[in-house]
Amino acid sequence: MSGSEVERREAHQAAVDALADVAPEPGVAKPDPILSASGVRRAFGGLVAVDVERLEIERGTITALIGPNGAGKTTLFNLLTGFDRPSRGTWEFDGRSAKRLRSYQVAQAGMVRTFQLTKALTRMTVLDNMLIGATGQLGERMWAGLLPWLWRGQEAANRARALGLLERFQLADKRDDYAGELSGGQRKLLEMARALMLEPRMVMLDEPMAGVNPALKESLLDHIKELREEGMTVLFVEHDMDMVHEIADWAVVMAAGRVITEGTPEQISSDSRVIDAYLGAHHDGAAR
Amino acid sequence: MDWHFVFSQALTQAIGPTMLIYALAAIGLNVQFGYTGLLNFGQAAFAAMGAYGLALTVVAAGLPFGWGVLVGFLAAVVMALLLGIPTLRLRADYLAIVTIAAAEIVRRLARSTVWAEYTGGSDGMRGFSEPFFAMSPYSKDATWSFGFVSMDHGRLIVDLWLFDFQYSDRDLWVMTVGWALVAVFLLVIGLLVHSPWGRVLKGIREDEEAVRSLGKNVFAYKMQALVIGGIIGAAAGFVFALSRANVQPDTFSTDFTFYFYVVLILGGAARLFGPVLGAALFWFLYNLFSQSLNQAIRAELIPSSVLSGTQVGPLVFFLLGLGMVLLLIFRPQGILGNRRELMLDVR
Repeated sequence: MSGSEVERREAHQAAVDALADVAPEPGVAKPDPILSASGVRRAFGGLVAVDVERLEIERGTITALIGPNGAGKTTLFNLLTGFDRPSRGTWEFDGRSAKRLRSYQVAQAGMVRTFQLTKALTRMTVLDNMLIGATGQLGERMWAGLLPWLWRGQEAANRARALGLLERFQLADKRDDYAGELSGGQRKLLEMARALMLEPRMVMLDEPMAGVNPALKESLLDHIKELREEGMTVLFVEHDMDMVHEIADWAVVMAAGRVITEGTPEQISSDSRVIDAYLGAHHDGAAR
Repeated sequence: MDWHFVFSQALTQAIGPTMLIYALAAIGLNVQFGYTGLLNFGQAAFAAMGAYGLALTVVAAGLPFGWGVLVGFLAAVVMALLLGIPTLRLRADYLAIVTIAAAEIVRRLARSTVWAEYTGGSDGMRGFSEPFFAMSPYSKDATWSFGFVSMDHGRLIVDLWLFDFQYSDRDLWVMTVGWALVAVFLLVIGLLVHSPWGRVLKGIREDEEAVRSLGKNVFAYKMQALVIGGIIGAAAGFVFALSRANVQPDTFSTDFTFYFYVVLILGGAARLFGPVLGAALFWFLYNLFSQSLNQAIRAELIPSSVLSGTQVGPLVFFLLGLGMVLLLIFRPQGILGNRRELMLDVR
């Protein structure tokens, strides 16, 4: 058994242990939450897209956010990452109120997201896509841009780190290609690798498997497990229950903007409310 | 037909004072549109800020020339902030709408009769360029000859046998300053776009949401790009005003902006030397077409029943428009652009 596999199992075991005593109820308190939200509501006119009373995400775990189309998963993502403003509600990220932070400040605070429709910077090289993710770059200030000797060292260090990450995500030989030349799955990998350039504590993946071919799925799953192993917390939106079973330590189910239940994937898949939410309350199973 | 005259005129104008106005304005536009993706349709108004800032300070306020330059630059910065603060948080099209409207407002204010005693209304202003030409090192009386270069009472003639370049002493001074400005701005922009700062701008052009998700304050970067492009636009306004020794409000119309875009796209957007090459080529072709048509009419190669001298101007613009359409079909990336980059599937 290789070292990294041991570490992966340890990280997985730690996550399982942390959540072992948590009751499978909506809004249940976790032992050590990195993210906790209360009363988050977002209405578009008369339509309430998100109305979450309480949600906590345990540190160091992989949590899946599932639910049927239109359940408000992506809207909740947008709210938590500052890409949308709530009608009301508060939330804390790592002990700090994050409600008033703008999207870029949320990212700087250590919570980085990806997008459902991959956002590769098409007419830039893969390496430039990575480098733009590095934080605290002196050369990103306008005046410093004119004085290259001030930031060359930092740039070289970022470059080395970017190449390391590209290596790990099997994109190293693509580094000088335009990001627009990558396949859909490679763009997903690039987006994840780019998010890691920020050295985040929490990674929010919006449908990481959408449009990825089966061959790449396995490696993408491994990459997500590696994030947990490195101490990051992962929250991801997904439709594919198989994938949720395979990698999630905990699953939160949303329907019609609310958290209807949460629990381990096993607990969730036997929960009749989840089946109702997905198939509608009047399907044959519910009648019984 | 006098081909020597046609080519001499075309080449003289290809690097002359007028071309410099377009080159500078397009360099500014390149920062905004080419690198950052900001649709500024009011670059003419930024040039007007420079031109009127200078003219009003010197003529109406009676302050020294240097103050005029400072006021012109500051006016451009203020205008960039005024346009940017409400629109740069919104979608890209809002900036386009607001800048095109603002440029018309600026032109109409400049030609309104309310302040005509200061601005001259629709007649514009003159009498601000003397201090500039007083600084000129070129003398009106210089007469000398050295090989193929000669100076005839202040008129420079570079005779290259097949064609020659000819410039008056005033043109030479405008060109000296204009080319120095082009060199300085290209150096600054070249350093900036190859820095991490420039990388963020290009990222914003590609997808600003993605750049925001990577922890960059997109609004601040867009504002910086708008201000820098506006400052360079004001410099174009200085050269415009000084080379003609007057400012007239109606020259700052929207077509002025659209010619900057033509120049930029012709040369290649997001290429450092694109605007300069585009401006040179544009004015070369413009003069080549109009001078050769004029010559053909004069030599009666084209009968006046087909084309008269007064129709040459519109026909040349028609031809340039046609050329632009062909360029966009066959070489949409411009002369210096990278086709591979443009053909990417932008998702």
